[in-house]
Amino acid sequence: MFPFDRSNGAASGSLLSARPRWGEKIIEKVIFANGMLAIIVLLGVLFILLRQGIPALVETPIHKFLFGTAWYPVSDPPTFGILPFFVATMWVTVVSTVLAVPIGVGAAIFLAEIAPRKVADAVKPIVELLSGFPSVVMGFIGLVLLSPWIQNTLGLNTGLTGITAGIMLAMMSLPIIVSVSEDALRAVPEDFRQAAYGLGSTRWEVIWHVCVPSALSGISAAVMLGVGRAIGETMTVLMVAGGALALPELPVDPMMPMTAAIASGIGNAVQGGPQYHALFAIGLILFLLTLFVNLIAARVLERQKRKFTAG
Amino acid sequence: MEIKNIKSRYLTQRVAIVILAVSALLVIIPVIGIIIYMIANGYSSLNWEFLTASPAQAGKAGGILPAILGTVYLMLGTILFALPVGIMAGVYLSEYTRANWLTRLINMAIINLAGVPSIVFGLFGLAVFVLGLNLGMSLLAASLTLAAQALAMTITTSREAIIAVPKEYREGSLAIGVSKWQTIRHIVLPQASPGILTGAILAMSRAAGETAPIIVVGAAFLVGGLPVSPFDRFMALPYHLYTVSAHIPGMPGEIKWGVALVLIAMVLFFNMLAGIVRIKARKR
Repeated sequence: MFPFDRSNGAASGSLLSARPRWGEKIIEKVIFANGMLAIIVLLGVLFILLRQGIPALVETPIHKFLFGTAWYPVSDPPTFGILPFFVATMWVTVVSTVLAVPIGVGAAIFLAEIAPRKVADAVKPIVELLSGFPSVVMGFIGLVLLSPWIQNTLGLNTGLTGITAGIMLAMMSLPIIVSVSEDALRAVPEDFRQAAYGLGSTRWEVIWHVCVPSALSGISAAVMLGVGRAIGETMTVLMVAGGALALPELPVDPMMPMTAAIASGIGNAVQGGPQYHALFAIGLILFLLTLFVNLIAARVLERQKRKFTAG
Repeated sequence: MEIKNIKSRYLTQRVAIVILAVSALLVIIPVIGIIIYMIANGYSSLNWEFLTASPAQAGKAGGILPAILGTVYLMLGTILFALPVGIMAGVYLSEYTRANWLTRLINMAIINLAGVPSIVFGLFGLAVFVLGLNLGMSLLAASLTLAAQALAMTITTSREAIIAVPKEYREGSLAIGVSKWQTIRHIVLPQASPGILTGAILAMSRAAGETAPIIVVGAAFLVGGLPVSPFDRFMALPYHLYTVSAHIPGMPGEIKWGVALVLIAMVLFFNMLAGIVRIKARKR
C-alpha cells in the first residue's frame, strides 16, 4: 500500500529511531560526488587539452602558432601556423551570424508578438525538428544541394566554400536564436505593451520601441549562443567549407575552419607526435573561445531573467 | 499633416510585419523542404535488403545493418553511462543544495559543458578513454566519450524534472517519518520519471547523430561482420553517411540518400517519442 519501503522506514521501528543509516550516508556521499561531475568533466577536458596542447606551444612559440600562415605537419621540420584555420572559423561564423541573426530574430518577433498563438504553436515543433537534425546530415545537404547551386550562381571553380558552410551553419544556429529570443520577448510584461498602446502607438511601434529594447539582453544572449554554435560546429564545415589550407581572403574561398582541421588531421597524427600536440592546442583555443562566448551569453541571460522578476 | 503621419506609420507597420512573416517562413520552409526532398530521394533505396544486409562492393552495394546496429549500441552505451550519474547529479542539485556559490559554479559548469564543441569531446575521449584507459578505438570508448558529452543534458533534464515535483509530496513523506533518501527514492523519483525519460530519449537521439567525436575515437567505414564485443571497432550511421557522401567517389546516389534517410528517421523518431512522453507527462 505504502509507496515506500516499510521495512527500512521509521514506520516499522521506533518513531524516534536514531539508528544511524550507513547505507543512506554512503548514498548521499555518492550523490554529492555525482553533483560535482559537471565540474570534474569540464576541468578534465581543460586539463587534457592543456597537457596535450602545451607541448605544441613550447615547440612552436605561441605567436608563431597563432599567426603563422603555413601548416606543414609532416615536413621536416614541421611548421604549425593556424592563422588560416582561425580566419576560416571567423569567416564561416560571420557569414552564419549575418544571415541567422536578422532571420532568427525576425522570426522570433513574428512568433512572439504577431502570429496568433495557434500559428506559433504549430511553428515551434518545426523549429525543434531543425535543432534535431544531425550536423552530418546538414553537411550532406550542403554537399549535394547547396554547393552545386553556389558554384553555378556565383560562377566559382568549386561550390565548397566558406559561404556554403556559413549558410548551412546559419540554418543550424536558427533554432537556438529563435527559441531564446522568443522566450525573451514573451517575458516582457504585458503592462509595458498596454502602456505604449495607451499612448497611441501602433503595434509595430510597440514592438520596435518597447518589446525589442526590453528583451534586448535576451536577444543578444541568443545571438551569442548562435555564434558559439557556429564556432564549434564540426561536421558541416568539414564537409562543405572546402578544406583548403591557404589563408582564406574572402568567404567565397575554400577554407578549413579549426574544428575541421582537428577532425581531418587527427586520424593521421602519430600519437604523442608534434602534429598530435598541435591539434590538441587547436582544441584548447576552440575550448577557450567557446567558453568565453558561452560565459558571456549565460551572464547576459541571467541578467535578463532578473530584470522582470525582481521587485 | 496629422493624417499623413498616421498613414505612413501604418505603412511602416505593414512593411515591417511582412518582413517578419517572411523571416519566419525562411526558418520553416527549408526544414520542410529538406525533409520532403530527403524522403523523395531516399525512399526508393529503403528496402528489406538495405536495412538487413551488410555492405558489399566496398559499400557501393548491399545494406547498412552493421551501421544501424552500431548506432543502436552507441545510443544504449551512451545512456547507460550518462543517465544514472545524470539522475544522481540532478538529485543533488535539486534536493541537497542551497543557492550558494558552489551551486552557481556547478550550474556554470553545466552550461559550459553543453557548449564545448563536439570535436573537443572527441580529443578528450581519445586522450582519456582510448589511450589513457587503454580501451582502444572501440565501441566502449566511443560510448564513454558520447556519455561525457551527453552529461550536460541528462543532468539538466533530471534536475528540472525533480524540481517540478510538488513540495507537498516530500513534506507528506517526511512528516510520517520516512527518511530523506527513502523519500527521494520512492516518492520524488517516480514522480519525476517521465521528465527524466524525456531527457534520456533526447540524449540518445543526440548520440545517434553525433559524428565528430566518433571519427576520433573509433568509428570505421567498413568492419567485417556485425559488432560483437564492446572492445571492437564499429560502424555507425552518421560516420557512414560522412564517408559515403564526402570520401568515396562514384558512390551511387541511392546509397547516400538511403543512409541519410535512415539516420534522420531514427533521430526524428526519438525526438518525437520524447515529445510524446513529455505531453503525456504534462497531462498527468
